[in-house]
Amino acid sequence: MLRIACPYCGERDQVEFAYGGDASEGFPELADSDVGRWTKFVFVRENPRGVHGEYWHHQYGCRQWLRVVRDTVTHQVHSVAPARQGDRT
Amino acid sequence: MTDQPDRLGQGGRIDRSRALSFTFDGRAYAGWSGDTLASALLANGVHLVGRSFKYHRPRGVYAAGVEEPNALVTLRKGGRHEPNVAATTVELFDGLVAESQNRWPSLGLDMLGAIDRLPPVFAAGFYYKTFLGPTRKAWMFYERLIRRTGGMGKPPGQPDPDRYEKAHAFCDVLVVGGGPSGLAAALAAGRDGARVVVVENEPVLGGSLLARPRGGESDAWLAAAIDELAALPNVRVMTRTTAFGAYDNLVFGLAERVNDHLAEPPPYQPRQRYWVLRARRAVLASGMIERPIVFGNNDLPGVMLASAARCYLNRYAALAGRTVVAFTNNDSAYDAAIELAAAGADVSMVDVRRQIPGQLERQARDAGVSLLLGHAVGGANGRRAVDSVDVIEFDAASPSAGAVKSRLPCDLVAVSGGWTPTLHLLAQRGSKPVFDETLAMLVPEVVPEGFRVVGGAAAEEAPLAGLAPERSLATIAPVWAIADPLGARPRKKFVDIQNDVTTDDISLAHLEGYEAVEHLKRYTSQGMGTDQGKTSNLNALAILAGLRDEPRGTVGTTTYRPPYTPVSIGALGGAGTGQHFMPVRRSPIHDWHQGNGAVFTDAGLWQRPWYYPKAGESLDAAYVREAGEVRDGVGMVDVSSLGKIDVQGPDAADFLDRVYVNNWRSLPVGKARYGVMLRADGIVLDDGTTSRISEDHYFMTTTTANAGVVMTQFEFLLQAAWPELKVQVTSVTGQWAGIAVAGPRSRDLLARLVVDLDFDNDAFPFMGVRHGHAGDIPVRLLRISFSGELAYEVYTPADYGEELWRAVHDHGREFGLVVYGTEALGALRIEKGHVAGPEIDGRTTLSDLGLERMASKKKPYLGGALMEREGLTEADRPRLVGLETTDRGTKLRAGAILCQPGRHQGHGIGVVTSVTYSPALGGNIGIGLLAGGMSREGEVIDAVFPLRGEVVAVRVRSPHFVDPEGERLHA
Repeated sequence: MLRIACPYCGERDQVEFAYGGDASEGFPELADSDVGRWTKFVFVRENPRGVHGEYWHHQYGCRQWLRVVRDTVTHQVHSVAPARQGDRT
Repeated sequence: MTDQPDRLGQGGRIDRSRALSFTFDGRAYAGWSGDTLASALLANGVHLVGRSFKYHRPRGVYAAGVEEPNALVTLRKGGRHEPNVAATTVELFDGLVAESQNRWPSLGLDMLGAIDRLPPVFAAGFYYKTFLGPTRKAWMFYERLIRRTGGMGKPPGQPDPDRYEKAHAFCDVLVVGGGPSGLAAALAAGRDGARVVVVENEPVLGGSLLARPRGGESDAWLAAAIDELAALPNVRVMTRTTAFGAYDNLVFGLAERVNDHLAEPPPYQPRQRYWVLRARRAVLASGMIERPIVFGNNDLPGVMLASAARCYLNRYAALAGRTVVAFTNNDSAYDAAIELAAAGADVSMVDVRRQIPGQLERQARDAGVSLLLGHAVGGANGRRAVDSVDVIEFDAASPSAGAVKSRLPCDLVAVSGGWTPTLHLLAQRGSKPVFDETLAMLVPEVVPEGFRVVGGAAAEEAPLAGLAPERSLATIAPVWAIADPLGARPRKKFVDIQNDVTTDDISLAHLEGYEAVEHLKRYTSQGMGTDQGKTSNLNALAILAGLRDEPRGTVGTTTYRPPYTPVSIGALGGAGTGQHFMPVRRSPIHDWHQGNGAVFTDAGLWQRPWYYPKAGESLDAAYVREAGEVRDGVGMVDVSSLGKIDVQGPDAADFLDRVYVNNWRSLPVGKARYGVMLRADGIVLDDGTTSRISEDHYFMTTTTANAGVVMTQFEFLLQAAWPELKVQVTSVTGQWAGIAVAGPRSRDLLARLVVDLDFDNDAFPFMGVRHGHAGDIPVRLLRISFSGELAYEVYTPADYGEELWRAVHDHGREFGLVVYGTEALGALRIEKGHVAGPEIDGRTTLSDLGLERMASKKKPYLGGALMEREGLTEADRPRLVGLETTDRGTKLRAGAILCQPGRHQGHGIGVVTSVTYSPALGGNIGIGLLAGGMSREGEVIDAVFPLRGEVVAVRVRSPHFVDPEGERLHA
């Protein structure tokens, strides 16, 4: 049961958000037709124990996509930033 | 109604000014306000309250709180019927109706009690070993019989009429437990100004103090504490509330039984409330639960925890027995023994220890308790209740059973094997308690950040400074189970009374290799059920440790999971039941449909008109009529549920080019285009029509089902993937009403209605987009077609929707306009070979759907790369085909498997996705996905539906059954 501090709306309950998956892999260039590159982006995921960068969508709020750094063990949220500004790890 | 034979004339914390009546198994009894059902039954001399889970043995009240394993009853009637409720947790109310469980024909004469005398029936693993053959199906047969003999209360047969609520709360300090240490913690935090929430499971505060004799110094302290807390505005006391779960980040689940203590909730009030509480800190003051020592026939009615006997005496003024044997290995049971003696009972104390603290011994002798030190209860006797115990000499240092030394008559055995701190919430957070050899109990080891454990839960002896300490915990002589006396007939020795798990079951499980605690639990079911082994877990672990010849600390514990006590599904669901479970979405034209005889169907959250039957008309007759009349003349259908997205910005064309597979830059203002979009993995996501309203402004429609998914994907792409694009997307699904007007006469109709537009084929060609007015109503018209006919979609702001519908309907009268629903809509699109949800099913590619020619070769688009991956390009993938039954009158079924004629094995060679009767062809048709696709054109294959044993011969043909050249569209 997370509390996520949306940069636009303030601290809100997890129920307002939808999990959007791993954010560590950057979105490939659309013109990149390399199947391997896209396969890595779509399918290949780390499942780390500990700190994890991930997307969350403030679906029942401002509908902004956020980049959340969360600990998968303690569920502690370390940082929340708009996805558009998030630099990728 | 009877008087209460075992109620003391005075004392107790009951309100003797408020008499209550209740029935148990149809018989009327009296009790007092402040009673539980269990205390009232005991006061009335009712000791037999149920039959056990497997053996149907007689059972009585065993405990005085949530740990009760035995006294499970069914409460109330009808929709409020509630099985498997511990009578010890039920506050008595006037008119309460309770029934015993798992007995037939009656509690006193239970025919299945014979099971108990069939050794070794129902030992651990019995089902698995016994009901094996002769075939695998045998178990299903046996199971039905077994279910009838075993088990608990019956589920309710009617819907629950009560309301439930969910609520959220925040505090600085959550105090779990309203006993002395919890109240002290709450006072300390409250005085500092912290926002405090105190959660107490019972209806009143006081915890263990309530089991002490009334009028002592602790009562004065308690009254003062309650007054002070009530005066602090920053302290909230929640009684009748259980903190049942501890979750991440100091989030707690609370179950508040708002009105369980009444026959039914007052008007507009919930029965229960589920709280999600977020705390900055949590104080665990959840106390301790007593555990028994195991001995033969220790499940007989009349055997109960010593703490329970004391609680019934002091809190409820109910005397659970008059000739009492107390059996203990520690000091705490002496309070019960001494106070029972003072209340007039004849009490013998059997203590396994040869030596006890001198003061304790003096107090006991002064109270007239006869002491049998260095002895143990080797077994109990009695049929429906205990009537005597066999006492043996016992040496805790070398516990081997001796012969029976004496037989003590009794009607109550008050047993204490020590105490177990209640650390469930801590353990749920992953901080398992560890075994302390000195105290012979589980104690907290690592306390998670934000938590503090106080009082009994922390194994502290004195509840408070200034209050007389409870008895010492350290003088315990750990003893878990007493073997059958030498030469005595073997008796069942119950470790888990609720699940009928005996010491023999644990030995057997260990012998068969189930010696890990989690395996033991699953093999024997020890620790399962409504009480989750609150009185049995530690004994089971200790007995297992003995069998493994290991220290008790090394066997570990099973995993603690929420909820601590049973929580009703109703409370967790809150108001989200029935129609409130999911919102219903209705078109702005819904009322008209309803008023004009539409039958509705669910499309996701939407309610859409399915068909409009004339008097006596079936679904089939109605949709065939509706679809036929569209092709012959003109029809109208409500398409307001289609997803609509407004796409605006200088880069809008670029954006559409990226998300659709086809080309968008070339689309001029005033034209619409059909588009298909893919997921990143190359699978088709959705299709729809997008219109260019102006240079930087597009109006997109999506399917009804995928509107939300597409919108979410767009937001992700624009925010996370391509933030450089200057595009704004806005969901406008609810802002527009949409009406499709289809059929050869649609132009004539609309030209009459929208007089400020030129409907000439050249002025308003196929795929044209125009804005005009229907009378005063502003409309956006798209000349697009789902039916394959000359057709228009007419959009207007939602609030004009019904008015526009009526206007079209009125003008349509002279053209013979038919109103049609989604079934006819489907029939028309299948005849035309348009794909929809059944084909765009999240597994199909562009080429599977015959849409590969749409893909642009000049620009990249989302999903384009992975569309080319291995597996998605294999030649034999099932591809879209049309199907017609060779016998026109035979119906085809969606979901049928396509097979080579006569070869009906495996997964076949394809599947039928959509079917209809085609009025245009006068036969049954469908579309489907078939390996080889149109290369099989003309072949006759089988459509097999094994569930109904149907085989239908179908001919493969083009999915474009009607007007394949599109002449009607362009007419």
